Amino acid sequence: MGCLHVPDRYAPVNTSAPLPAPALRARLTALSALLPLLSRILAAVGGGYALAALASVAVLALPVSRPQAVIAGMLGSFVVYAGAIIWVFAVRSAARAWAGLAVAAAALLPCAWSVWQAAAPGGTP
Amino acid sequence: MNAPQTNPAASPADRAKPAARGIRQTMSDLHIWTGLLLGWLLFAMFLTGTVSYFKEELSQWMRPELAHRAETPEPAVVASRVAKALETLAPKTTQWSIGLTDDRHAVANAFWRVPPKDGAQRAFKDANFDPATGETVKARETLGGEFFYRFHFQFHYMPVRWGRWLAGVAAMFMLVAIVSGVITHKKIFTDFFTFRWGKGQRSWLDAHNALSVFGLPFHLMITYTGLVTLMTLYMPWPEQVGIDSPALKKELTAQMNAFIQPGKPSGIAAPLAPVEAMVREAEQRWGPHSVARVTAILPGDAAARVAVSRGEIGRVSTSPQYLLFDGVSGRLLEDRNGVGPAAATRGVMVGLHLGRFGDGATRWLYFLVSLAGTAMVGTGLVMWTVKRRQKLSDPQRPHLGFLLVERLNIATIAGLPLAMAGLLWANRLLPVEMAQRGAWEVHVFFIVWAVATAHALLRPARRAWVELFWAGAAALALLPVVSALTTDRPMWRNMAQGDTALVGVELMCWALGALLAWLALRTARHQPAARGALRASQKAGSSGVATEPGFTGGMALSQGGEGRP
Repeated sequence: MGCLHVPDRYAPVNTSAPLPAPALRARLTALSALLPLLSRILAAVGGGYALAALASVAVLALPVSRPQAVIAGMLGSFVVYAGAIIWVFAVRSAARAWAGLAVAAAALLPCAWSVWQAAAPGGTP
Repeated sequence: MNAPQTNPAASPADRAKPAARGIRQTMSDLHIWTGLLLGWLLFAMFLTGTVSYFKEELSQWMRPELAHRAETPEPAVVASRVAKALETLAPKTTQWSIGLTDDRHAVANAFWRVPPKDGAQRAFKDANFDPATGETVKARETLGGEFFYRFHFQFHYMPVRWGRWLAGVAAMFMLVAIVSGVITHKKIFTDFFTFRWGKGQRSWLDAHNALSVFGLPFHLMITYTGLVTLMTLYMPWPEQVGIDSPALKKELTAQMNAFIQPGKPSGIAAPLAPVEAMVREAEQRWGPHSVARVTAILPGDAAARVAVSRGEIGRVSTSPQYLLFDGVSGRLLEDRNGVGPAAATRGVMVGLHLGRFGDGATRWLYFLVSLAGTAMVGTGLVMWTVKRRQKLSDPQRPHLGFLLVERLNIATIAGLPLAMAGLLWANRLLPVEMAQRGAWEVHVFFIVWAVATAHALLRPARRAWVELFWAGAAALALLPVVSALTTDRPMWRNMAQGDTALVGVELMCWALGALLAWLALRTARHQPAARGALRASQKAGSSGVATEPGFTGGMALSQGGEGRP
């Protein structure tokens, strides 16, 4: 799978000379081989943070005092973030990584949405 | 910690249907890259954070003008003396706050509000006070131990907010590196008792594992609680969404800190009630030496309030706990005691991170385990190059990535201790009356670090390691001598006076200097026998190169994988 395994990318490449077609194709292939990895990095850094933020807001739906819920949401968010990153790199493919994040987000969204609606001016109480 | 295997998936046909890699393999890669990418920042955060457990002692050492006191005066009396001094020093202020003396703070430090200048939100002045007389004491301008403390979570030469975000990203990397490291290493506790000296890469791995496992709960705690200290910055969303009124905002703030905003002055002058009685009342509730701070709001006004807050000695929490008094009648208005469960959890986490609750023994334990954490990051960084050196096709001319990591390792692991010693030298050698003296101490720190980095880039790697380690060792070893020559607080006098803080700082300099000297010796004696180096020496007819501070090599490095089934 080689999700994190990057081939020897430090090999010097002569960029000044025009590339013959096979060389160009080889580089494009090398680049496209990196895409799943880049996708996972994006899922981990961006998707993981978004999921952590969503979870921290969803905590506000709990029937506890607002300031306690806010602090609890912040306290727990880094567990969610770290867990999401581990998940993204543990599963078999980048697509599965994104799918897992999406499922978790879908589970949290109703809670977060209800809080958001109640807070937004003009929203339904 | 397995090397990324060059698997057969290299050909496009195989890539389409890749062989599933084990979870420990992917976690190993994750561990390697999260550990490496910000490893140098993490090393600097760990090392400066480690010495910050002795921040107060370092501050005392850096202000040699402040005389040692054999006994700590009564906090209530000190509070009253300083409050009196502030009446003349800051008669018009709307707020002052006195940090009281204890066995780690020889002088009382007070700050007070002054009218803000050009657009600033608020402005403060501060001064140190002699606890015996209440008079201000003058010391050289220095940030003291505060610089390393600040640097470890917000760096320098950049906006505070950026620095804190950078530290937060690094801490998140650390958290992921710890979790993935544990998953990688399933035999972690058995291997803790395995140590193979003089086996090159094996020894590095064993050292890295031992240092990590020994302090694992601590490293995990310190990383997570570090994130918690700045969580309102990193994760503002629940507050953004859930706190929608000023009253709620005030309630949230009160759950986390004791900062009291000045109210509206009545305009009627009224003298401040004696604060001594207020501190005594607080001590009756919390025990002797439990009061850390006395804050007055609108002193001299009929609407004055005084808050007496509890410190962190004897309780593992930073949650706000204070008594609020009417500043004119001296009547107790409010006993702020206890916060909600989530806020209490946060208070304990921050308290655990700061480690200010315990006595000397606790602080030493914190210091040592934290130093092990620093070494964990350092050995991890070095291992990255040790492992890859074997695979270099021509070790005389390594590729750019390898060079970069190798040189940054030298500049950070060997250069940073030298730069930190440089700051302490600057504290003793810069002219006392110099303008911006405190800022220049810090500039010297960065100048020394920059010179060390240049040295690491220009010299052959192994020589750079050895020379910088020796320079750091010498700088630390000579520091007590420099101090004896430039101040009237030489070590023997401090010993005679029983000034354990100053003696302790200088003995610690010697101990850390000895550690650096040991590393220098090990590196210099290290006999390289890496596969690649051998091949190169055969090819080039020259002697092999090795550039790691080693636990002595001599044996051929284990070939290929990790020998861990």
